[in-house]
Order: sequence, then C-alpha cells, then structure tokens
Amino acid sequence: MRVAAGFLVFAAVFAAIPFLGLPAFYETVLYLLLHAVVLATSWNILSGYSGYFSFGHGAFFGAGVYVTAALVAQYNWNFLATLPLAAGAAAGLGLALGAIVFRVRALRGELFALLTLAITFVLATVMLNKVDGGPGIQVMADIPKLAPSASGTLYLLMLAIAVGTVWIARAVFYSRFGTGLFALHDDEDVAEVMGVPTYRFKLAAFALSCALAGLAGGIHAVFVSYVTVAETFSIALAVNVVLMSALGGTRHWLGPAIGAIVITALLYGFTAGQAPILGRVLVGVILIAVIVLMPEGILGKLRKRRRSSKPKPRSEPFSNRALTAISGEPILVARDVRKAFKGVQALSDASLEVRRGEILGLVGPNGSGKSTFINVVSGHYPADGGSIVFEGRQLVGAPAHRIARAGIARTYQIPRPFHHLTVLQNVALPPMFGQVTMDRARAEEEAWRWLEFTRLADKADRYPAELNLHQRKFLELARALASRPRLLFLDEVLSGLTPTEMDEAIRLVRAIRDQGATIVFVEHVMRAVLELTDRVVVLTYGKAIAAGVPREVMRDPQVVDAYLGTAHA
Amino acid sequence: MPSATLLGQSILSGVFIGALYGLLGLGLSLSWGMLRQVNLAHFALAFLGGYLTFQLSGRLDPFATLAITVPLFFLAGMALHWFLSRYAADMLNTLLVTFGLTTIIEAGIQRVWTADFTRMETHYADIRWKIGAFYIPFTELATLVLAMLLCTAMWALIRFTDFGRAARAMTEDAAMAAAFGVNEKRLGYVISGLAAAFAAVAGLCLALTHTLAPVQIYAWMGVVFAGVMIGGLGSAMGPLLAGFLIGVSEALTMAITAPTWAPLVSFSLLIAIILFRPARF
Repeated sequence: MRVAAGFLVFAAVFAAIPFLGLPAFYETVLYLLLHAVVLATSWNILSGYSGYFSFGHGAFFGAGVYVTAALVAQYNWNFLATLPLAAGAAAGLGLALGAIVFRVRALRGELFALLTLAITFVLATVMLNKVDGGPGIQVMADIPKLAPSASGTLYLLMLAIAVGTVWIARAVFYSRFGTGLFALHDDEDVAEVMGVPTYRFKLAAFALSCALAGLAGGIHAVFVSYVTVAETFSIALAVNVVLMSALGGTRHWLGPAIGAIVITALLYGFTAGQAPILGRVLVGVILIAVIVLMPEGILGKLRKRRRSSKPKPRSEPFSNRALTAISGEPILVARDVRKAFKGVQALSDASLEVRRGEILGLVGPNGSGKSTFINVVSGHYPADGGSIVFEGRQLVGAPAHRIARAGIARTYQIPRPFHHLTVLQNVALPPMFGQVTMDRARAEEEAWRWLEFTRLADKADRYPAELNLHQRKFLELARALASRPRLLFLDEVLSGLTPTEMDEAIRLVRAIRDQGATIVFVEHVMRAVLELTDRVVVLTYGKAIAAGVPREVMRDPQVVDAYLGTAHA
Repeated sequence: MPSATLLGQSILSGVFIGALYGLLGLGLSLSWGMLRQVNLAHFALAFLGGYLTFQLSGRLDPFATLAITVPLFFLAGMALHWFLSRYAADMLNTLLVTFGLTTIIEAGIQRVWTADFTRMETHYADIRWKIGAFYIPFTELATLVLAMLLCTAMWALIRFTDFGRAARAMTEDAAMAAAFGVNEKRLGYVISGLAAAFAAVAGLCLALTHTLAPVQIYAWMGVVFAGVMIGGLGSAMGPLLAGFLIGVSEALTMAITAPTWAPLVSFSLLIAIILFRPARF
C-alpha cells in the first residue's frame, strides 16, 4: 500500500508540471529522462532479471517508432490508436526471435547479445527498403489536448508509461514470475528441474520488455516528428540502455531508472555544453568503470542485507503418513531406458521399479549409470528411448518442469544452489513451482520449515557461497524437500561428509521417509546403504543386474563380479 | 535476371569482400574461442589501424606501414588481455568492457580525423587487371591474398605446432590444460597479441579498399560476428570460409534484388544454422 501511494504521489507531482506554465524546455528535458527510464527499465525486465543481455533494444524501440510513424503519416491513423499496435509489433518481433533463439539451450549470454544486436541491422534494412524509402518520414500527428501544449501532452503520456513500466518491473520482481527469472539467471537447468517453465518465462519476459519499448517508440515518433532509419536504429541506444541498467543495478527493479536519470543528465549536460565527443568518451569510461568497480550497480552496492524473520506457521506440519506403509505398489516403473553420450552408452535398456513408501538404494560402480538415471528421470537429459511411468504418467519426452510438477524432486551430487539467491530464497523456490503453486509468503513459510528440519534456519539470510560443503548438501536437501515430492532422488548426499555429519544426514533421510516420501538413494557409502534402504537395485554398464534385500543382493555373485571383478581362484 | 558477366563479377566481388570478413573474423574467433573474450573493440582497433595506415601513407608505402602497426597492435592486444583477464572475469563482462572501449576509440578517431569519410589515395588504387570479362583490382586481390595467407598460417600453427596443441587444449578446458603444464597466461597474451595484430592487417585492407568513417565501425559487427558463429569459434579457417559464403550470397542478393537488402543475408544464414544445426552451439 505504501508503495502504491508512493507511485501515485510521484505521478501526481510530475503530472502537474505542464500546468505550471514553465518554459517548454523543462518538459522536454523531463520527457527525455522519462523516455530513458522506460527504455532502461523495460530492458531490465528481460536482461537484468533473467540474465539474457539484449543488445537489440533499439530494434524493438525502433519497431514501435516506425509502426506509429507509418500509420500516422501514410494512413492517417489517430496517433493514440497506433500505440497498441506499436507495442504489439515490438512484442511480436521479440516473440518470433525468442521462439527461435530460446530453443537452443546453449545460446546463453553472448550469443543472445550478438543475435539481438544483429536484429537491429536487419530491421533497419527492412524499414529502409519497405517503409521509409530513404529520406525519412515526417510525422504530423493530431496530438490530443491533455495539457496546455503538445509537448506537455507527450510528456504526460511518457510519464504515464514510465510510472507504469516501473510499476510492472516491481510487480514482476516480487512475483512468482520474477523469482523464476532470477533462478534461471543463476542456473537455467536447475531452475527447470525445480519446476520453472524456463522457455515460457523467457518468452514472456522478452515480449513484455519489447512491448514496453515499442510503446515508448510510438510516442517518441511523434515527439521527434521526423524519423529516419539512421537515428532510430542506432547502436548508441542499445549501449546506453545497458549502461544505465548496469550503473543503477540490474538486480533491482528501481536500478535501471536511477541509472537512466544519471546517464541521461550527464549526456544531456555534455551535448548541451557543445562537447558531444567528450560525452561519448565519458559513457565508455563509465561503462568500463562500472563493470570493473561496481558490478552490482549503485543499488546493488547500497542495498542492505534484509533480515528475514521466521513467521509463525499457519498451516499444520506436513505429513503423508497414510502413505508411509510400503505398499508394494510401484510408484515409478522404468522399462528399457536408453541414454548415450556420443557413443558411450550410459544407460542401456535399464529397467527397474520403485515401490511406494520404500527407500530404494541405487548402487553400482563408478560410471554404471546411477546419476544418468536420475538425470533422465528428472528430465535434466532427455532419454534416447524406453519408458518411465510415474503414477501412471509417461515421463519420457516430458519437459523437466512438468516432471517436477508431477511430484518428483532431486538433489545434485555436487550442490548447485542459485548463487545470487539467499538460502531462504533458494528453498522457497520449489514450493512456488511444485505440485501446488504457492505464493511467495506461503512458500517462504514452507521454506522455514525445511530450513529448521535441516538445521539451516540460522543461515536463512546467507548466500550459498557462505556455506560449507556440509551445509550446502543440506541446502540441496532442503530445496528438494520444500516442494513436498512424492518421489525424491538423493544423489550421493553423503559423499564428502564426516562420520558425524553422515549420522545426521542418515537421521534426516529416515525422517523424510517417515513423512511419506518415497526415496531413491544413490550412494557409495555401504554402511548407509545397508542401514537405510529397504531394497537395492544394482546397476552396471547402464543395466540393472540385480534387485532385492540389501544383504542378499550384496552376496549375489554377479554383483560381486561387478564391484570386484571375477574370482579366478 | 542479370547477365552472366554481371553475376560473375558479383561473385568475384563477393569473394573479395568475404576475404575481409574472414580477416576481421580471424582475430575475433581466436579471442572468443580460445580466451573466452568477446572483443567488440576488435572492429574499433581495425579501423584505428586503417586510420593509422592512412596517416602514415603520406610518407610510407601502405604495405610498409605494417612494420609499425603490427608490433604496436600486438602490444595493444597484450595490454587488452591484461586488463580483461584481470578485471572482466566473465564473458559477458568482456563484451561490455570492450563495447565501452569501442565508444572511446570511436570518439578518439572522430576527434583526430573528424566524422567525415576519409579515403586513402595510393597509386595501388589505379592498378587493375582485366581477365576475360572481369575486372580485378589490385587492392582487392591483395586483401584476398593477405586473408588467405594469414588464415592458413594460423590454421597450420594451431594444427601442427606445440603452441597450437597447447592452444587447443586451453580452448577445451583451460584449468585442465594449466594443470598439465600449459602456461595459459603466456599463451593468452600471445593469442590476444596475435588477434590485435590481425586487426592491424585488416585495418590496412580496410584503408586500401574502403572509405573510412568512425560510424562504419558498427557496420561490420553484425556480418563478421555472424561469420564467426557460422564458421566456428576458435577456428582459423572457419571465419574465412563463412566469410566467402556470406560475401558471395550478399553480392548475389545485391545483383538480383537491390543493394539495400544485403544486410539481411548474413543474419538469415545464421538463423538458418541455429534452426537446423543447433548442436553446433
């Protein structure tokens, strides 16, 4: 509420300016500031939040400029009526590009940056040939009278869009959507496995970011009243937007706006002071200095660490007790699962069954395919063939986030926390994207419960980098538990722990099962396997060769062979 | 449909411009593929090289200026590597920092040589041969020969020498290569120096065949980056071959439709490759 009031007061104060009778100069300067705020903030919704740096923001802005310019100048459209189309065209362009680019997982960072840079040239070429024709377009629009002067009206429109854009950026920042974007910024594969629909989120963020830029472009076309390809599709715009956001802080909703005001004021000061070249040098120097000295930006530097306090639990402690008894009914059935990596057959026709309520030990020598099996079931890697049925649902071919939603969770052998999220935020993520999608407050409440369960509650506000290995392993565990999985894969949670830490971990695994989850437990530590598991399945060369009660299976000659080699005495 | 002579001449000019794409892409591909640095400033460096050649050409033969620009740029490349490896840890940061550097160099060029178009006048521009129906300008041919020579030499260096083996090991896994005794620091300086030295040669070729203007720096980025991505990061011959492909496709596009459509070609090729061969990336 306080924030909403803040936005309203800000908007009201600045909306009064055209009515004060000040020289038009003030409206123009403020217009330019707001225009920069819109562009930087909209850029940040995709690029800052999700880490996909776009250098093509000029193209999407330019699309908006040209849609409005062409419709007004060549088809006599009403200026305001063109704005939705300007936004829509930019969003459509972003969606088309994203649909191609986001499909390729490896196309992160720099390739995305360069492709979006290239789209600027392409769009400029198309506009030059198809719309503009060379000399530029004169835009003579009938500007509705919202303020005493035409420039006042444009200023008010841009103010509305700027306030709206920052508001949207803030709403996204605190939403489930935003949390998903920040997670995929840190580790896209893990985010997907935790249930974040990464492809859709990236597309949506891109479209939103482009639409806002296009909207600003539509108004700007009328503001400059004469548009040319060279001026509109300039690389400078793309660079400035990146610079503004980096300076203000890309990991905060308000950062880009602050950076935009600083940079625009600086640039304006220099162009007005007859030193445009110096201004450009300064922009370059600031960009380098910011990256080197303040990689987190102004707000990133200023932001104090928020102290979270544990809320009073509102809901009953979670329990699936009714399901605890080992029913013998299979919860997961894998048949002839195959997976090869460039000729190495990691899984060759692996078949096994997991029964509801049990702790199944998955053992085998190094390279026998245990981790690959987990990776295939959780959707981290697609299977080459075979079938995996979980509670009657086929998992082969399903995207990882759907598998997470079906009620399967996993840990990683080498912990893969989201490095820029706190321990609490890490654990609160899966409940937001699990079988039941919780809002942030509920998810954090849930996260606290699991932090206490794993004895990490006093580390809730720390970042993963500040934890030791044992704590990171437990963080991994808490994160997997927080989504309340019905089937949980634990990939070597004990490796690297000291004997005392191991005892604690074994206690935890028992407690998890007692709460009703079925567990598949991959481990090399035989003591733990014998102590914990109800059944074991032995894998060698990507095939399940034996299954049964641990002590018996371990005496099976085939299993002894697999581990120790054939006896020749 | 244009005549066979026009098409032939188009293909020829496509090969010539493709050679320049390849030469510009060579340094980019090395620093991107081997050092994990996306060096946008490579283009600004090449133009700086072009302007220096132009400046020195009053007293020296353009080709002789290489004796000055190449060592100078080798040092500049080493300095850049020092800065990037020390201060810009991840790849995206190298891109941002070199973007900043580009604006600085661009502004510097504008300050010294103005924003206007500049043309280097040499007697080489008048040398041209007529073979059959086709004209072959000496400056374009020199570019082609230089590009092929440097790319082939670099390819052989990577393929057959210890230096190349170490570089390939570093490309695959820098930490592991270092653990096996590859002096990755020294190697990094040499590669970065070489990349910048190639920019100096590309600068000479730019000055010989094109008019120079500071804003032109950005005009080459899209095409050359597309070429490097199509040709393969860290490869020496890849960018040249991709450059020929793009150059010829562009030239044919210009001949058959209109010159203003040419910039679409490289991007379309890139998109096609992403769509049909995503495993490359």
